[in-house]
Amino acid sequence: MKAAKSRHRATTRIATSHNKAAMLLASRYLLLCIFAAFFLFPIVFMVVSSLKPDDQLLRDTSSLRAFIPYGDISLDNYKGVFDRVPAGRFILNSIAISSLTVGLGLIVNSMAGFALSRVRFRGQKVLLSLIIATLILPLEAIAIPLLMVVTELPAISVGDGLEITRGWLNTYHVQILPFVANALSIFLFAQYFGSIPKELDEAALIDGASWFQIYRKVAIPLSGPAFATVAILTFLPIWNGYLWPLLVVQQEDIRPVMLGVAYFFQLNVAWGEIMAYLTLITIPVLLMFLAFQRAFIESVASSGVKG
Amino acid sequence: MVAPVVVLLLLFLALPFAASFYFSFTDQRLASPNPTRYVGADQFDRLLSFEWVTLSPSADENGEYARNDDGGLVYPLRETIRNNPDNPQFDGLQKWFSIPRGGDKRTYFLVGDLLFVKSMINTIFFTAVIVPVQSALGLVLALLVNQKLRGINIFRTIYFMPVVTAMVVISILWRFIYDAENGLLNSILDWFTFGGITGTDWLGDTTTAMPALMGMSIWQAVGLHMVIWLAGLQTIPGVLYEAAAIDGASRWAQFRHVTWPSLRATRVFILITITIAAFGLFTQVDVMTNGGPLDSTSSVIFYAVRQGWGQQNIAYGSAISLVFFIMVLAVALVQRWLAREPKPT
Repeated sequence: MKAAKSRHRATTRIATSHNKAAMLLASRYLLLCIFAAFFLFPIVFMVVSSLKPDDQLLRDTSSLRAFIPYGDISLDNYKGVFDRVPAGRFILNSIAISSLTVGLGLIVNSMAGFALSRVRFRGQKVLLSLIIATLILPLEAIAIPLLMVVTELPAISVGDGLEITRGWLNTYHVQILPFVANALSIFLFAQYFGSIPKELDEAALIDGASWFQIYRKVAIPLSGPAFATVAILTFLPIWNGYLWPLLVVQQEDIRPVMLGVAYFFQLNVAWGEIMAYLTLITIPVLLMFLAFQRAFIESVASSGVKG
Repeated sequence: MVAPVVVLLLLFLALPFAASFYFSFTDQRLASPNPTRYVGADQFDRLLSFEWVTLSPSADENGEYARNDDGGLVYPLRETIRNNPDNPQFDGLQKWFSIPRGGDKRTYFLVGDLLFVKSMINTIFFTAVIVPVQSALGLVLALLVNQKLRGINIFRTIYFMPVVTAMVVISILWRFIYDAENGLLNSILDWFTFGGITGTDWLGDTTTAMPALMGMSIWQAVGLHMVIWLAGLQTIPGVLYEAAAIDGASRWAQFRHVTWPSLRATRVFILITITIAAFGLFTQVDVMTNGGPLDSTSSVIFYAVRQGWGQQNIAYGSAISLVFFIMVLAVALVQRWLAREPKPT
């Protein structure tokens, strides 16, 4: 009898501690979910609003209805976006500008990183530390003088024969070339290439390979992750860039996506169309992020831990 | 193989940087038919002038104080700082603020460019709030998502989503949230306080506009610092925690004596990157408030762009950029000092 009682007490104790553990777990998930809602709500609001007509959208913003796709749901706003502004053109511009910046950047920065970490030459250490020192210099610090510099640079235009003109404003290359060489990319490449065993180089050199051949045949094939990291880290600031295009681009047909936003605030503001445009220029990047989220987050973390 | 990078960095980094020194001492404009002149330190004079003067109230011949319509005392400020041959050092300065002194006197503080001073103070205020709040919240989130729970990766991903979203997009979305009439924030506050707090015009009021920008900026970037903290947390060997647990250390003691000391390098890195990023405040201001209301959200970079690009005054914009660079450099030097190897004791 006594034994049965104490057994009973023991099981209730286990049951309550089970309950406690379950409660603790539930509260942890609850906290995680509250934060998740906090970080998601503007994005959900954007996508949901892009489906609503203007009057309903504005009526809904003051309540939780802002997050529920209901009522007069349609893709009309998306149609409106393309009628109102050359949105397709802006998106293509941004794709061209960011992929060229990333592509050229991968080539020149990996070459520099290779030379700085594996080839021995005079002044190598000094050059690497000079490049790393520029890491602290944000774009904001040189944007204004850089604007003056690019307005003075010579440009070659093909009109009636070759013509040399002055000024890079309102071109594609002014949005690309200043961002190709990137100190962080060089640093990450140098670090990665530096971790590949040097014996590979020696063997290749004995076989009569040039440094450039070693770079192409030995270093590149072994460095996929480094290329992915640098591509991710350099793509985002170009796609999301605002300050620099604002300074150097006025002409409509070469505008990137972020400058396109300004068009929607002229004359009669159509909020549904704005939301549709914002969704169009954000969701592809978010989907890309979701597809490669592990690589994304690791890239950012690695740039931090090593920097 | 280094040549292309060196050429590009020289052209787009070293050259503009050197040019900013050069332009700062000229009256260079973006597009002007007039030749550029050397003007010495004029630009920096305008940026950095700071004077003060103590004035007695204006009085008539009988020693009677002059009063304005509200009965307040009147001070001869304008006469003192405009074309006064006795005080050439005050010429062209603007009143910043004044404080009362004994015997009806007032001390006036004068600066060369009031808007620059305001922008600088706004930027420092922004940074002083952002740095501790964002890094602390980032650490809390990192500890939260460092638990071994099923599906924890989904939460990490969600918390990071604002970081990959463009600041322009986020700024427009938050304009809705901060809206005075239909804004989501106001309806939430209204609901939680039973109508106690209503109708705040977050971006239209000088006292709330800057805090509103801060809140949004922290929301956007905190996921980034969560990830960096997390990377730091994951380099701490588990045996340290096991040893601490065997010694009977509480959760807080473990954090205090194992986690916190191990995050030294991460901490320095995070503080420096947040500080430099906060100094560069621009997009939010440009999209959400355009510096207003009453210049209460104008930042150093916003002002540099307004001068250098808006007014086409490259020389002045360059001088502001140089001041900005010195701020960044100072932070970097602090980093070097903080990150130095601790001396063996």
